[in-house]
Parts: sequence; structure tokens; C-alpha cells
Amino acid sequence: MAKPLTVIDKIWNSHAILEREDGDTLLWLDRHYVHEGSNHGFGQVAARKATVARPDLTFGIADHYVPTRGREHGAANAEIRHMIELLSTNTSQHGVNLFGLDDPRQGIVHVTMPEQGLTLPGLMIVCGDSHTSTHGALGAYAFGIGASEVAHVLMTQTIWQKRPKLMRIRIDGRLGPAINAKDLALTLIARIGTGGATGHAIEYAGEAIRNLTVEGRLTLCNLSIEAGSRLAIIAPDEKTIGYLRGRSYAPEGAQFDRAAEQWLALKTDPAAVFDREVVVNAREIEPSATWGISPEQALPINARLPDPDRVPDENRAQAIRAALDYMDLKPGMAMNEIPIDRIFIGSCTNSRIEDLRAAAAVLAGRHAAIPGLVSPGSMLVKVQAEQEGLNRIFTQSGLEWSDSGCSMCVGMNGDIVAPGERCASTANRNFKGRQGPGARTHLVSPAMAAAAALTGRLTDVRPLLEGRAP
Amino acid sequence: MIPFITLEARACPLPMANIDTDQVIPARFMKRPRSEGGYGPYLLHDFRFDTNGVQKPGFAMNDPRYQAAEIFIARRNFGCGSSREPAVYALVDYGVRCVIAPSFGDIFASNAIRNGLVPAAVSDEDAELLLQSGSVLAGQPIRVDLADQKIYAGNLVVDFVIPAQWKARLLNGWDDIDMTRSYADRIETFATGYQRENPWVVPRR
Ligand code: SF4
Repeated sequence: MAKPLTVIDKIWNSHAILEREDGDTLLWLDRHYVHEGSNHGFGQVAARKATVARPDLTFGIADHYVPTRGREHGAANAEIRHMIELLSTNTSQHGVNLFGLDDPRQGIVHVTMPEQGLTLPGLMIVCGDSHTSTHGALGAYAFGIGASEVAHVLMTQTIWQKRPKLMRIRIDGRLGPAINAKDLALTLIARIGTGGATGHAIEYAGEAIRNLTVEGRLTLCNLSIEAGSRLAIIAPDEKTIGYLRGRSYAPEGAQFDRAAEQWLALKTDPAAVFDREVVVNAREIEPSATWGISPEQALPINARLPDPDRVPDENRAQAIRAALDYMDLKPGMAMNEIPIDRIFIGSCTNSRIEDLRAAAAVLAGRHAAIPGLVSPGSMLVKVQAEQEGLNRIFTQSGLEWSDSGCSMCVGMNGDIVAPGERCASTANRNFKGRQGPGARTHLVSPAMAAAAALTGRLTDVRPLLEGRAP
Repeated sequence: MIPFITLEARACPLPMANIDTDQVIPARFMKRPRSEGGYGPYLLHDFRFDTNGVQKPGFAMNDPRYQAAEIFIARRNFGCGSSREPAVYALVDYGVRCVIAPSFGDIFASNAIRNGLVPAAVSDEDAELLLQSGSVLAGQPIRVDLADQKIYAGNLVVDFVIPAQWKARLLNGWDDIDMTRSYADRIETFATGYQRENPWVVPRR
């Protein structure tokens, strides 16, 4: 009998061209996504006077530096404009497809590519961005790479990799009302640590994962890199198929049906062995937020901040002190007393239509106590949200509604949080200065960001949803 | 790429965990071309300088003992976060050739290898010993021997771990792209067969 395999092994094996003596495998890549930050990779191609091997499998998108407010006035400054233009020049020079600044499909790479049906189950996908783990939500083997690897992929459409170790995270049971994939991810990262899955590829399984929508799965896989895992995957099921049918670049008609059959067969064999298994009970998950400067510094909304003087491990105590100090918070303080100055709803983690609906459900008919920015994940999400009237809910509550891009997740386009300001953000990183020098970030779900907007502090969203559709 | 065999140099102790690549080089500097003066000046910029661009005296990189350090020592999960290779460029351009830590972000480590920077993984205990070692704190050179996978700091000798593939590449100064190109025929044969059997893998448009 054939050796039982995981879904991760199966995709790996179907893309392995050859194995070198030292154990590195040369893998074939179905898709390569590039963005403004890929300029170093293109630079290396130019330095070798080489060409792009498979421009038909390479897709560019402008997201990190694009303006989100007043797009008609152009980029914030000449340096930023240059980054966007550089991407256009590089892609057009090599005949690479581009969703540029003026394309109606423009958006954040990890939102647009699934939305366009470019990300499909069973494909091997890379992008010079760590959150490429997102695409695993559709059953693809997708991981982030660095600039030298980008250059290698551009020139060869392949990559050398060593087989990752395997980790399965099973979430048993059902998530409670108003608890979502973001709460789940933050809880997981807090439990296993930011290095907890380093060197591993994760497969998510279990009842709570099956019950997540595709959008929730995208959020969960997106955050897997914050636990150190370069890739995470959820085996395709009927929901995956339903999400992909009819998407622009996905196969059509009979070819789609044949592909779907192949996709549904992509499952981990029951006897397959993982190097590590983690089991979590979904009922233990509560609405959560980060309080510190690492995604692992997350707690349930009704908890209190840790007291470093009571932590026996001196290194850990030191890390807590450094975080409290940067965040200007006191040991033992209640999470839901932490004041918030502004909110940001956006980023490749939480800017899809379902995320915007979840925030709007909390905000409808209410007024925000603090300012905030809502940036949809793609221009198509923007159109859909406007058709559903979500934009009016945001603007009537006092929030700003903008175009699509990475925006305040990383501040590269000029959307930054002021020094010392405290922002409840639906993005994925609360690193020091991530949203701007001196900015303080609390990571939350879209519903929790909306709740914080209403009260001006971190707030349990559940009471605010009573009597409202979830 | 220049082969890496042994390195004898000063080490700069950074007793912190989770130094992410956003700290190693803040995003706002990545718009600058590397060709103009390199990324060394931006390395750990916000730890080194205050908002007025003045050196912060308490930070190790600003301490005279650790000037011209070619080795950095840190706690677990160095280089986690963003895949930005400019983090490695900043280290390399500053003159760093080896980072010693209990663990590294996966993408950071593979970026490092491609730029001749050694990510030397030691145990948590050994990282602490090195961070407190008299030679390190005195700014005396320590030695990293890649072939033997050992670090010598005064009387202290510790082992480090590095995957065999990476070690070979660093020792030989291999270039991946040339190696891959030598397999061009096999790649071509694979791709043709694979795409014929699975026509849906090619984008519809
Ligand atoms: S939204 Fe943020 S995390 Fe996502 S790709 Fe853009 S910068 Fe990276």
C-alpha cells in the first residue's frame, strides 16, 4: 500500500522536478505574484541581462505604495510615485500581466488574486511577501519569498526548497456567537508563540475550520506567518469550489468540473503522520486583541494585562516590560480599559466583503467616538460594498471610506498613525512603528475594531451585537 | 558570492527576542535605491536613533566597544515578520556576516544564505552564555567556524546548527541560478508534461 500522505506532501510531490543530493528539491511554480517591493528581484534579472521565463504565469499588482485617499491627485510624493511606476516599467518590459493603479481589479495582492480565481487548489504559488500564506485557504501551497528568490523565480519559474516539517492544528467544536477567524488566529498565536510554527507547514483541520467561510479561512491562513509558519493550508471542500466557480481566471465549464473533482480528492490520508499536532477547543476562544508589540501578546477582551514582576522567567518578564513601556500601559490593567485614538479596517487580513459587513453590522445607526479609516481589500470589494450600502454606514458613523491598498497596515503610501497614537487595527502586525514611527497598534477583528470606534476603547463587541443580525 | 569559511570579528550583543524585519529596516527606508550608499545606515534605525536623528546612547550598536561588529547575537526568532530582503541587505551593508540566535524567521534565514550572511542557530542557553561572555562584552573578537559549526568566544566554545544544504552553499559560494539553469532540459520536460496532464493549472485568460 502506498505511504499515507498529507495534502501538503501531495502538492509538493506533484511539483517536484528533481531532488539534489543534499536534499533540496527543485519545485515547479504555477503562479508568481509580484508587487512594488519586487523591484530588487527585477533588478537582479536586469543585472544578469536575463528575461522572465514565464510571463504568462507571473501577475503583478500595485498595492503597497498606492494612494487610498484622493487617488485622482496621485501618489503622496515623488519617491512613492516612483515605486508604483517602477512596477509598471518592470512588468511591461517583460510582458508580465499587471493590475495597476488604474485597473478596476486593483487591490491587495492577497485579496485580488483569490478574487480573480488565479489562486486555485493544488497550485504552488510564491510571492515576495510573507503573507502569501493567505492563499493556502483555497488549498494552494503558497509561501512568501525574498528578493533573491523572486529573481530566481522570474528567471526560471522554479525554486529550491527543503521539505518543511508538518504541523496539524485541529480546532474542535464550534466557535461561539460573534467569534471569528481573527479571534481564533490571535488566540492560537498567543498559545504557540510567534516562533511556534517556524520550519513547519501547517494544515488546519477540524469542525471549526470546516465551518469557517472561505473569507474566514483566508484570514486564518494570512496570520499563520505570525506564528512563524511560511505556509498554511486548508484542504479544499465544497465551499472552496463554490467560491471559485465563475471567477475570471478560473477554469470554465467542463474543465472546471474536472478540476473540481481533482481538488476534492486533495485530502490528507487518515493515517498520515505529522511532526506536531496541536488541538484547540473552539469554545475556549473569546473576542481577542493584542496589547503589546508582538502578535503573540494577545489576550481575551475580558482579561487583564500581565504583570512582569510575577513572571518567573526573566527573559519573558523583560519582553513584557519592553512591550508595556512602548505601548504606555500598566501591568494588571483591564484590556477593555485601554483607550483607542483611531481605528483602521483594512489589510490583506481583514478587508474582504464579509469583514466589511461584520464591521457595518456593529456600526449601523451609531456614531463613532473616534476617527477611523476603512480601506476595502480590492476595488471590486469597494464596488460591492457600495452596492450594499456599507460605505454609507461607515461614513454616517463618522469613519472615512477610501480606495484599496495596503494603506495603514504598513504606512508605505503615507497613511500613517501619528507618534504615540493608539490604533485598533484589523491588520496582522503590531510591531513597533509598523503603522508609523512611534505608532501603537492593537490587532483586532473588524467587529472589534467597530466596537472600539464606538466607545473609544477596546471593547467586547458581543453586547453591541445583541438584537442585531450577526 | 564570496565563500564563508571562518570569521573572526567583534560581536554586538542584542539581548532581545523577536527582532522583526520591520525593526531591522523600517519600511520607510525601502524606497531608497540600495546602490546609493547601501542600506547599512538604516540597520535597526529606530533603535539607534531618536526622532531627531540623534544616537541613543544606551543602545549596543552605539557603544564604542561594539563598533565595526561583524557578528550580531540576539535572542529567539530573529528576523521574524516581513519577507523583506532589504533587512538582510541592511545587515550585510553595515558589515555583518553572521547573526547568532536560538532561532530565525524562515524567510529571513533563506534570504540571509543568498547574501552570504550566516544564520547560526544556537541553543537558548548558549545564546545567553554568549550574550554574557566576557570577550563579547569587552568587544574582543570571537570566532565563527562554519565547517566545524562552532563559535569560540574566549574560553567558551558553543555549537551551532545550520542545514547542510545552506552550509554547502555558503562554504562554496554557489550561485543558485547558474545551478538551476544547468537543469533547463529537465525543467522544460517537467513543465510540458505537467501542464498537459493538468490543463486547468494554466490561467484561463
Ligand atoms: S496589507 Fe499589510 S500585510 Fe498585507 S500585503 Fe499589504 S503590507 Fe503586507
